[in-house]
Amino acid sequence: MQIELTINDKAVKWEVANDEFLADTLRSHGFLSVKKACDTSCCGLCTVWMDGKSMLSCSVLSLRAHGKKITTIEGLPKEAEEFAQILSAEGAEQCGFCSPGFIMSVLAMKNELVNPTEEEIIHYLTGNLCRCTGYMGQLRAIKIYLGVA
Amino acid sequence: MENVGQSIRKIDGMAIAMGKPVYTEDLAMPNALVVKILRSPHAFAKITSIDISKAESLEGVECILTFKDVPNARFTLAGQSYPEPSPYDRLILDQIVRYVGDEVAIIAAVDEKTALLAMKRIKVEYEVMEPVLDFEQAVGHPSVVHPEEDLSCNFEIGLQKENNITSSSHEEVGDVDEEFKRCAVVVEDVYYPQAQAHTMMETYRAFTYLDHAGRLIAVSSTQVPFHIKRQLARALQIPASKIRVIKPRIGGGFGGKQTGAGDVFAGLVTLKTGKPAMIIYDRKETFSATTSRHAMRLKVKLGADQEGFIRAIDMQVLSDTGAYGEHAPTVLGCVGHYTLPLYNKTRAVRFDGKAVYTNKMPAGAFRGYGATQGTFALESTVNMLAEQLKMDPTEIRLKNISKVGETFLTGPGVMLGSSSLDRCIAKGKELIGWEEKFPRREVGYNKVRAVGMAITMQGSGIANIGTASAEIRLNDDGNFTLLTGATDMGTGCDTILSQMAAEILEVPMEKIIVHAGDTDTSPYDPGSYASSTTYVAGGAVVKAAEELKNKILAQSAAILGVAPQDVEFDGLAVRTLSGDQEISFAKLAELTILGTGKLQLVGYATQGCEVSPPPYIAGFAEVEVDRETGKVDLIDYVAVIDCGTVINPNLARIQAEGGIAQGIGMALYEQVRYDEIGKMATNSFMQYKIPSRKDVGKVRIAFEESYEPTGPFGAKSIGEVVANTPPPAISHAIYNAVGVRENHLPITPEKVFLGMQKL
Repeated sequence: MQIELTINDKAVKWEVANDEFLADTLRSHGFLSVKKACDTSCCGLCTVWMDGKSMLSCSVLSLRAHGKKITTIEGLPKEAEEFAQILSAEGAEQCGFCSPGFIMSVLAMKNELVNPTEEEIIHYLTGNLCRCTGYMGQLRAIKIYLGVA
Repeated sequence: MENVGQSIRKIDGMAIAMGKPVYTEDLAMPNALVVKILRSPHAFAKITSIDISKAESLEGVECILTFKDVPNARFTLAGQSYPEPSPYDRLILDQIVRYVGDEVAIIAAVDEKTALLAMKRIKVEYEVMEPVLDFEQAVGHPSVVHPEEDLSCNFEIGLQKENNITSSSHEEVGDVDEEFKRCAVVVEDVYYPQAQAHTMMETYRAFTYLDHAGRLIAVSSTQVPFHIKRQLARALQIPASKIRVIKPRIGGGFGGKQTGAGDVFAGLVTLKTGKPAMIIYDRKETFSATTSRHAMRLKVKLGADQEGFIRAIDMQVLSDTGAYGEHAPTVLGCVGHYTLPLYNKTRAVRFDGKAVYTNKMPAGAFRGYGATQGTFALESTVNMLAEQLKMDPTEIRLKNISKVGETFLTGPGVMLGSSSLDRCIAKGKELIGWEEKFPRREVGYNKVRAVGMAITMQGSGIANIGTASAEIRLNDDGNFTLLTGATDMGTGCDTILSQMAAEILEVPMEKIIVHAGDTDTSPYDPGSYASSTTYVAGGAVVKAAEELKNKILAQSAAILGVAPQDVEFDGLAVRTLSGDQEISFAKLAELTILGTGKLQLVGYATQGCEVSPPPYIAGFAEVEVDRETGKVDLIDYVAVIDCGTVINPNLARIQAEGGIAQGIGMALYEQVRYDEIGKMATNSFMQYKIPSRKDVGKVRIAFEESYEPTGPFGAKSIGEVVANTPPPAISHAIYNAVGVRENHLPITPEKVFLGMQKL
C-alpha cells in the first residue's frame, strides 16, 4: 500500500505493508537513527515526532503515518546538536544507543513544558530507558540545556 | 597534565548521540540473509525427529540447519583467554536441548517474514525428560544435564558431570573451626542474590560475510573480538586465519557481550551459503536465550574478638550456572577473590564453592562477576556483626580493612599498593549525613527514614593472565595512529586511551587516530572485561607511547646533528635544548617515512599484570520505608570511590552512576524468574523491571584518589566495582528502618511487608 507523508520536511510516497511498523519503515529508508530495543513499547529508543509530538515509532503502523509530518533526529540537525553537545560534554551519552530517541523526547519536552520542575522533567522522560548512565548525567545535561542548572 | 585528568568528551560521542549509522545493524549489507532460531519449548528433552521439508520448500528460504548439519566439536561461548576455564559443553546445535530457549534449528531466508513462516513449518518431536530446575536440588538429582561423553575441560575445574557439578573451588588458610571457638562473637546467615539480566539497550547481533579472499568476516556487537575469533574457529572447525572479527560501536554490554551469542549461527549460514547473513536477537531472546548473572546461595560465618577485629571468615557458595558452564568456575572463584581480601585482621579463612548445572538459561559474565554476590553476603554479615558488637558499622570497617603495604591471608606476599578506602568511608559518612541519620528517623505518616552502608573492592585486570598490546605509529603526515584491541562498548576507552597517548606524546588529542577492536589490524587484547581496559590496555598504551617518543627524539637528534639528550618535545616538533634548531613531526615523517628515510617510527608494547590492584568503594544508602505497605523509596545514594588516578572525571562518574543504578535494580526491582516448567516468566520489560529515572532517587558520586604505583598515571579500574555496594547498603538501610533483614534479592515491598508481620 502506498502512503504519502512528510519526512523531515520532504514529501515522500512510500510503499508499505499493512502490518509494517513505522520504525521499520523509517530504518528501511535509511533513517538509521531510529533504534528498536524492546518490542513492547517500553524503552523509548524509537521515539520520533508525528506532527510535532513525540511518539513510539515501533508501535505505530506505517499506514498511520499517511498524511502526517514525521520528524527524526536527522531532520533536526541544529536543535538536536545543541543538546547533544551538552549531553556529550557531561559524558552522558555513554553507549549512545538510546540517545537519539532520548534527544527527540527532550526536544519535544522543551516545546511542550514551560519552565519544568525537576519532577516534571523526570516524569516527562520516564518512558526513555537507559541502562548505561543511571540517568543522573542526563538530568544534569537537561538542566544546563534548559538554563535551570 | 593537559589530557589525563581532564573531562574530555568521547571522541565518538557526537556521532552516536546524533544517531549516525555506526552500529552493527547499520553496517550490514541490505541483501544479508535474515537468520532466525527455532528454540526449544522444553526445559530438558531429546529431539527424536525434525522434519524441515515443508519449511525448506518455502520460496525465499535459503537454508535450514539442524543438529545433523553442525560440526561435532564442543566449545564454550565464554569469552576468556585460552585455555578457557569454562568447560567445552555445547555444540552449535545439539540433539539434547537443555533449557527453554535452547537452539533447535537455524533458519536463513531473504527476509524476516519468510524466516518466521518457515520456522512455523518445522516439525519437531521431542522425548521430554525431567528437568533440574531448583539449583539447590541439582547435586544428586536423578537427571543429568550433561551426560555426553565428549564434554571436556582445558584443565581440572572440579567438574563432576554425573552429579551436575560444573566446577568446585576450595581455599583454606588457618584452622577456621578452631578460630571460631576463640572468637567472642560469631554471626552467620544465608543469602540468595538473584539472577539479573544485563538488558543492554542494543540486543545481541552479528553480521557475517565472506571477503575477497574467501575469509569469514564477522561484524559483531561484542566485548571480546579475539575470543569470538577463536570461538568461531573451534565451533565451525575452520582455521582461525580464515576469520576476522570487527567490533563497531556497540550499544552496551555489562559483561553480557563477553559471552558469544549469535555469531556462530550467522557464521555457519555464511559458510554454508556463501552469502552475507545477519542475526539480531529480539528482546525476548535477549532475556531468555543468552545469559544472566549467576543466582547463588551463600552461607557466611564471621567471628570477631571483643575489640571487633574480624578473626575468622567462612564462606560457602552454591552457584547456579544453568544449562551451560559459561564463566562458571571463574565467577565462583571471584566470589571469594574479590571479598575476602577486604579484611585482613583474620587468622583463618575458608572458601568452599560449587557451581551446578540446571535446566535454565545459562548464567554468564555480568559486571561484578561474583564480587557482587559475594559483597552482598559478606557485607550484610559484617553489618550484623557490628550490631552484635554494638559498634558503628563504619567503625568496624575502619578497624578491619586492609591498608597500603599490608598483605592478606589468601594472597600471601601480595602487598596492597594503593588504597584510600578509609578516606572513602569518612567522606561518604559526611556526604550522607551519617552522624545525624544513623540508624533511623521517624518522618511521620507511618514512614521512617534510615541509612545503611557497605564497602567493596574488585580487581584491575586478572593477575598473571591479563595482557594487552598497543601500537602507535607516526604517520606519513605527522599525525599518529593508535592501534589497540581494547573494546569500547560505550565506556569511552577509545577516548581515555587516546588521552594517555596524547599525554605522553605531548600532542593534542585530535592528532591521534584510534583504530580498535579489529582482529586483523589490532594488536592482541582479550577485550574489555575483568575491569582491564584502563589499567592493562592503558599500561600498554603508555609504554608504547614512551617507546615512540624515545624513537622520535633519537631520530630527530640524528637529523639535527645533536645528541638525543640534547633535544626535547615542543608542541608538534622536537627542538634542541638550546632552542636554536627544531624539526616538526610533519617534517620528521617526511624525512623518515617518505622518500629515502626508509624508517617508519613505531612504538609497540605488551603489558602483562602480575597484580590486580583493587579499586574500592564505600557506598551509603538512605531509604524511606512505608510501614503500612512495605514500599521502599531510595532517597539518596552516595558512593565514594578510590579508582586511583581518575583519567577522565566525567566518564568515570557516568560509569559509576550507571553501575550504582544497576546495583539499585538488583537490590530493589530486578529478578529473572521461571515458571514451574522452567520457562522464563520475565522475558520483556513488562515483566522484568529495570530502574527508570523515577526509581533511582538521587545518586551522588565522589572520588578519593589514591596513586596505584603499577597503574598508568596511577590509575586502577572502575568498570565493575561500581555495581557491588547497593544490594548490601540498601538492605542494611531497610533493616535499620523497620527491622526486616531480607536476604533474598530483590527486596520488594511485599517481602518487606510480610517481614514486618513476622517481627
